[in-house]
Amino acid sequence: MLDPVQSLVMIAVVAVATFATRAASFLLFPKGKEVPDSVKYVGMVLPPAVIGMLVVYCLRSTSVLTYPYGIPELIASLTVVALHVWKRNIFLSIGVGTVLYMALVQFVFV
Amino acid sequence: MTVFGPIVAGADETSGYKEAFRKAFPYTVPVLTGYLFIGLAFGVMFADQGYSFLWAILVSTVVYAGSGQYLAVNFFVPGFSLLQAAFLTLMVNVRHVFYGLSLVDRFNKFGKKRWYLIFGMTDETYSLICTTNVPEGVDEEKFLLAITALDQLYWIAGSAIGALAASIVDFNSQGIEFAMTALFIVLFIELWYRRGNRTPELIGVVAALVCLLVFGADNFVLPTMLTIVAIVLIARKRLDASAGRSGKEADEDA
Repeated sequence: MLDPVQSLVMIAVVAVATFATRAASFLLFPKGKEVPDSVKYVGMVLPPAVIGMLVVYCLRSTSVLTYPYGIPELIASLTVVALHVWKRNIFLSIGVGTVLYMALVQFVFV
Repeated sequence: MTVFGPIVAGADETSGYKEAFRKAFPYTVPVLTGYLFIGLAFGVMFADQGYSFLWAILVSTVVYAGSGQYLAVNFFVPGFSLLQAAFLTLMVNVRHVFYGLSLVDRFNKFGKKRWYLIFGMTDETYSLICTTNVPEGVDEEKFLLAITALDQLYWIAGSAIGALAASIVDFNSQGIEFAMTALFIVLFIELWYRRGNRTPELIGVVAALVCLLVFGADNFVLPTMLTIVAIVLIARKRLDASAGRSGKEADEDA
């Protein structure tokens, strides 16, 4: 833990750095400046690709080659897929998937 | 662009927001579920560093980033360099530059309030905004502001609950971060059902897997984003037709 002043400075640094990445494109293309056609097109196809990437991103630290060989992630992910395809209930899919994963890493694959 | 009319316009403005929040809420339920879990995990981790729930609320209010805040927990130890903290935060969030690129045209139609939309552009809110069509009869800007504000409220609530819980009971939160994975799997499936052309989703998954193998877990996001942009530009002719179908051109002036 840092002292209060250091903590506030650290929070400010993280906040500014985070905002900078989100604002960068808007500073590059300010209001009134025509956005090139190719950028508009990339903007349209990018979101689904990004969601695909984020699934992989969330699982990036899975240990596939060493114990537990990604088994908890595999079981929990397949459970989320199966539940969601079956029931299409978001609470159920995320809730059961998360609690199952927690149980697996805390009690089964310790 | 915003017209500040007489009192009548003011009344319209408030009722417009009420309607926007009411209509936006159902769309934010997936994020509500996910954020309560992963916000909770952040609160627990931050409390373990010695910070009370008020600090957790402050961070979630002014920073507002999922994986960014997970990472930032490690910065709050004596002697950690501010420069290093800034650099790591930029690296973990660099994908947001590309998110902005895909929303710049849409957000630039809005007034000054768009800066809150830009501030609140987390992975989850970005995904939601890009996959949701604005319902009939709701102003697009107000609808997007409502989604962003609701999402941030869930995030703040989750982190506060987590930090409070951690200070009261000894709670083992190991594995709770899987909520974020589950959330994106759910969003992926929803998108899979909704779109005719699923090539972009697959490009994202495959590019990420290949880059993960080549560059490793800590450095693969930027190469992945660049690869995705390169592929969709090269395959433009084939993807363009399907891309047009995700149209959300609902900006009739109410």
